[in-house]
Order: sequence, then C-alpha cells, then structure tokens
Amino acid sequence: MKDFMLIFKGGSDAMNMSPEEMQNHMGKWFSWIDKLKAANKYVAGEALTPGGKTVKGKKAVVTDGPFAEAKEVVGGFFIVRANSIEEASEIAKDCPDLPLDGAVEIREVMKF
Amino acid sequence: MHDSDSVELVDHLFRHEAGKMIAVLTRIFGVHQIDLAEDVVQESFLKALQSWKYGQLPSNPSAWLMQVAKNRVIDILRHKKKESIGLPDSSQLLEDTSISEFFHTDEIADSQLRMIFTCVHDSLKEEDQLAFILKTISGFSVQEIAKALVTNEATIQKRLYRAKEFIRKEKIEFEIPAGPALTSRLEVVHTLLYLLFNEGYNSGKADELIRKDLCGEAMRLCKALIEHRICSTPTGFALLSLMCFHAARFESRLSDDNSIILLPYQDRKKWNEELIRMGYHYLNYSAAGEEISVYHLESAIAAEHCLAKTFADTNWNRLLELYDMLLQMKPFPTVELNRAVVLAEMGELQKAIDAILSIDKIESLLKEQYIYSAVLGDLYKRLSNEMKAKEFLEKAFGLTTSQAEKNLLEQKIRSIDPKKN
Repeated sequence: MKDFMLIFKGGSDAMNMSPEEMQNHMGKWFSWIDKLKAANKYVAGEALTPGGKTVKGKKAVVTDGPFAEAKEVVGGFFIVRANSIEEASEIAKDCPDLPLDGAVEIREVMKF
Repeated sequence: MHDSDSVELVDHLFRHEAGKMIAVLTRIFGVHQIDLAEDVVQESFLKALQSWKYGQLPSNPSAWLMQVAKNRVIDILRHKKKESIGLPDSSQLLEDTSISEFFHTDEIADSQLRMIFTCVHDSLKEEDQLAFILKTISGFSVQEIAKALVTNEATIQKRLYRAKEFIRKEKIEFEIPAGPALTSRLEVVHTLLYLLFNEGYNSGKADELIRKDLCGEAMRLCKALIEHRICSTPTGFALLSLMCFHAARFESRLSDDNSIILLPYQDRKKWNEELIRMGYHYLNYSAAGEEISVYHLESAIAAEHCLAKTFADTNWNRLLELYDMLLQMKPFPTVELNRAVVLAEMGELQKAIDAILSIDKIESLLKEQYIYSAVLGDLYKRLSNEMKAKEFLEKAFGLTTSQAEKNLLEQKIRSIDPKKN
C-alpha cells in the first residue's frame, strides 16, 4: 500500500445553492469519506484557509496569497491509501465536486 | 473503522440556521436590508461548505456559522461609511458586547419572531406571506418554495418581491407588536401557520418529503411562538396540539401505491404515539384561561379520533357536539361537510345527505371541488342508491387532479359496477 495525496482544486461553484442543497452536497462528501474509511483507504483530510502568503526567491520576498484563478485554488486535501496511482485515480473519480467543475490532482507520497 | 468515525450533520441544520441568521442580521442591519442579510448568510454557508467537506467538523457547527456571520457583520459595519448604503449607525453597534447580544439564543428566537410579525399583515396576501416566511424564516430557496407550494419560480419571485416591497413601503418595524395590536396580529400569525401546515398536510400534488418539511416548519415555528414569553397564548398551544394530532397520522394516510387511505381504513398502529402524547400535552396547556378558539375545537376533534382504539369506537356523539360548536365559530362549507360525515357515522345517512345539499352555494361547490361530490357519492352508495352514487363519484373523479384521490374514487366506482374495468 502506498499513500497518495488528493489535492482538491476549484469546485466552489456553489454560490447559487440553497442552504439545504449545500448541506446535501456536504453530505455527499461525508458519505464518500465514510466509504473510504470503511475500506480502510482514508488516512486524513483537511481544508485550507483561503488566501495565505507566498515567500519567493533569494530575497525571500513575502507576498499575499497565491491568488490563483478560482478554479486553480486548492481548497483542501486528502491522504488516501491505494496500491497504485491508477487505483488512487479511481478513488478521485468519486469526488462530489467534479460536477461543479472541480479538479483533483493526484500525487504519490514518496517513501524511502 | 467504527461508525463513530463518520461525520454527520443534524437534518436541515443549514436550513434552520439560515433562518436564524437572516433574522439576527436583519435586526442588526434594519428590515430594509434583508437582501444584505441574505448575502451574508449565503457567504457564511459557502465558507462552511468549503471548510467542512474534507471531513473535519467544528465542535459546534451552529456556533461556528454564527461566528462567521458575526465577523462578517462587523466587517461590513466597519466599512459602511465608505459605501454609505443606508445601514444603521454603527459606532455603538460595533462595541463588542452590543453586537454579541444579538447572537444570544434568546435574542435569536426573538429575532425570528420579529421576522414572522414583519410579514404577517392582513393587508398582505397570504400567499405572499407564506413565500416570505419560507424564504426568510425557514431558509428555503426560491426553487424549493416553488416545489413546496406547487407553482413555478417566477411566481414565487413575484410573491417575495411583493412582500419585500410591502415591508419597505409601509415602513414596517422589525418588532413584536405590543398591547392590543399583539392580540390581533397574533391571530394572523396563527392563521398563517395553520395555512402552512395545511399546505403540507393536504397538498395532493407536492411530493411527500417536501410536504413533511412544510408540516415540520409550521410546527417548529408554532413551538417557537409558544415558547416566547409574550407570544405564548392558549390559542397557540391549541394550534400546536392540533398540528401534533394531525402529524401523528401522517404515515398512515398514504398507501404504498400512493392512494389516500381514509380514516376508517387507516392502520392505527402506524399513528405516532409520541406526537399524540405531545398533542394531549399541548391541549392541556391550551385549557388555561377563558379563551376557546377554532383551534381548540379542531384539536379536540382530532383528539377524539386519536383516542378511539378503532374507527367503530369513535365517540360520534361527542364529535357532533364539537362540530356544532365549531360551526358557530367557523361557518364554513368544509365544517358542514365534516359534520355531515359524523351524522352518517351515527347512522343518519339521509340527514347527512340533506345537510350537505343544504350547504350555502352547494351547486357551485359541487362544480368546483371534488370532495363534496366524493362524499355525496359515498353516502348514496351506502344508501344503495347506485345511480346517484355513480353519478357523484364520477363527477368527483373528473374534478380531482390528485392521482391518489383518483385511485380511491376509481376503486369505489368499480365496486358499484363490477363490469367497469
């Protein structure tokens, strides 16, 4: 088993959802997480606060935020267990934000 | 992994919190700023969605949401001078304690009742009031309201617009009325909550889930009313008890194929004992004081039905008394119709038919509403007057749009004439 990081981008296209719809949408995420937990594939998951800082270059210049375009903004991540990157990609296909124009980047966590 | 690891929110948490938050924010921003309040609430939920969906919930989600909204309010008030969008004087509001007071549990409940009173006026159409309540108190979206009230979104938009315009033009205060005004306005609030409940309970068109939501909302708001120090009245208790008794029978009213099951054939084991118990509980409270309202009588009628172990055990004499009293206060055709049904159960079939036929303007009622023909058809059937029975049942069949009711009527028509298929 290897660990993979699923990096969730965009998918914030929920502005027009009603509170009930938002709760239902969150429910989809929770069921997905439950399913992964039941299969012993879920290791961790966290949200990232929007904004932030970037430190760059020799002079270590600090600037505000990554300020990427909305659909490039990283909202949060999971660490999941899978046998291969293919299996991890299959897992990512269940991401409830895909229909909201979201994207999932899948990266293997390197082990030595 | 254990089940305790799964993350879950209370059903309708967002919807209910939305109603609370809009009320609190409207109280802070002023009643003409409902749109701003709605925006802040929407932003708060979006933030919650984006923060919680990865599987970590705050220990108190409601408090978290309120805190986000509160921070946003402070933010908006600080910047309001620049934009000058007609917000109240913020210098005093911005003192930390002042804003925080609005977010205490008691004050939240108070704000929600203010919101109800804001739109509940005799001079505003009931349908506009209903739409407004569902939007601002119950946190429904326009689409959800349209679905619940079986109409389209444009219609609901218009109703909401009219309600907001009314509040703006009439310069309605965001407050709970006092003195004699309270009594008369409270009456309108009761009527509206009753209407909201009936939209859910009697609509044959909306799907079951949303109908239950409407009934649940009516009960929740009614409960908020009687829990409030000055809005708690015997009539309010009577109304809530009535809702409990009706809601107790919810599950037994529809069969698996979506037909309506009438009272005589309902499986009484399916009646919700907890709700019946609550019904009696509130009915007891409603007995305080001299006041007897329509809701007292209707609740007493519903209580009689819940008390009877079987349909045959129903105390029809007592029901007739109650209907006679009800008719004095509410001389409506539907009450006369129900009273006639009681007469029929007492064996007075012909009297029951005569009573229905002598209802004021019965000719046009028979043309417009299926229920009068449906009951008449049934009574004639029991009198073995098959021709009249068939005539009225078929008339009723043509008038109703509800599939459940159509199924029921078809069954009856078939049982008269076994050749009809």
